[in-house]
Amino acid sequence: MALSHVFESPVPGFNFENSTRNLLLEDALGEGKSNAPKPLKTGTTIAGVVCKDGVVLGADTRATSSEVVADKMCAKIHYIAPNIYCCGAGTAADTEKTTELLSSNLTIFSMNSGRNPRVVMAANILQNMLFRYHGAIGANLILGGVDCTGSHIYRVGPYGSMDKVPYLAMGSGDLAAMGVLEDRFKPRMEVLKEAKTLVRDAIRAGIMSDLGSGNNIDICVITSKGVDYIRPYQESEYKDNRQKKYKYKPGTTPVLCEKVVRLELELVHETVQKMETS
Amino acid sequence: TMEERPNHQYKGVSTGTTILAVQFNGGVIIASDSRASMGGSYVSSKIINKLIQVHDRIFCCIAGSLADAQAVTKMAKFQLSFHSIQMESPPLVKAAASVLKELCYNNREDLQAGFITAGWDKKKGAQVYTVSMGGMLISQPFTIGGSGSTYIYGYADAKYKPDMSREECLQFTTNALALAIGRDNVSGGVAHLVVITEDGVEHVLIPGDKLPKFHDE
Repeated sequence: MALSHVFESPVPGFNFENSTRNLLLEDALGEGKSNAPKPLKTGTTIAGVVCKDGVVLGADTRATSSEVVADKMCAKIHYIAPNIYCCGAGTAADTEKTTELLSSNLTIFSMNSGRNPRVVMAANILQNMLFRYHGAIGANLILGGVDCTGSHIYRVGPYGSMDKVPYLAMGSGDLAAMGVLEDRFKPRMEVLKEAKTLVRDAIRAGIMSDLGSGNNIDICVITSKGVDYIRPYQESEYKDNRQKKYKYKPGTTPVLCEKVVRLELELVHETVQKMETS
Repeated sequence: TMEERPNHQYKGVSTGTTILAVQFNGGVIIASDSRASMGGSYVSSKIINKLIQVHDRIFCCIAGSLADAQAVTKMAKFQLSFHSIQMESPPLVKAAASVLKELCYNNREDLQAGFITAGWDKKKGAQVYTVSMGGMLISQPFTIGGSGSTYIYGYADAKYKPDMSREECLQFTTNALALAIGRDNVSGGVAHLVVITEDGVEHVLIPGDKLPKFHDE
């Protein structure tokens, strides 16, 4: 294709080398002895809504590693293009890298074709890539943006299914968030007044009802005039106040002895090359 | 939560569905419900479009794994478009069905999607073809498919007449969809119907509450 992507289309079928290697390693270490790292799942609530002159995307900011909160201010709304952003749920690394790849490819496409990317194109590229991996890439994405054809939200599933919808919630807190959206969504809402509040409330419902979601709420408003990425839109009510200081005064750790060793360097050879600046 | 819902039969979102296509005098009607489910207990979309236009007068409806079906129909759309440019004429409905069949059969180990292809061409007029999940291709005057079709085999066999008029065929198709949706839990939403004739393509959308009712009290 003339408008090529950075990512070369690989040989058909997919590459299981790493999975085989991991199995061999686990067998070699013995039963129950392998400490294979668990993929970091974002246990998330993300939501998106199409409104009168734009799109509002929202997400919580908690990233969990089993029962520990690994990141309290994780950014789940990823930049794709100046007019397109993507919320990601599922395996954190997969959503991060998939969206980065998509963003790079779309930038190259814009430069080559001289056109701004459309949301439907981004969704198609994601669909093609995720289908090729047959669900091995655990990325559940809400792709939203505004282009010359209007404002759109697409859901892209990990197996490569694509669906265009007016409102959407995904992640482990999706049932709670969907309840709020189903109740209060109206077509062609006013962005500033209603839509932001609706998305905020949907994410909040997910945070309250799901253990895997929590902390702050990020909101991203995309209109034809520009993007307003509000991070955080609302901070958690349960913020802790660190009382202790973690900076230690010099002298806290006693110095027992000090030794300075000079490094003797011998100048062996010196050349000067003039640069052609004419 | 999404992770807890098992997806035993189909990978990810499935279109446990009701789809059908019926020939009438001068054209063909292809119809489907609009529900996409995950694991038989969560409706992931109430308004999904299962009627995909693969060429000007050829539509196909999808059943099975949504991801697989979308990938196959995209490929088919491209191949048919290319084929019609090379032949300098619109493709035959049989060609469209064959393209889908080749994709389904050659990748039968990995794919879980079945199709009904229906359309109009200059050579044979209105036709209906079924491409099953394993890649079988057969031509029939009318055909029903998807999980909801099991509940309407009796109705379809009893009520179908060859050479119906457009109105009779619309009524037959609507009734069949309503009956299947009424009994199958993974079919529902709105009824999408597309009427394909030599002159063009007409979409009819019937919201769920406006479908005919059969002893629903």
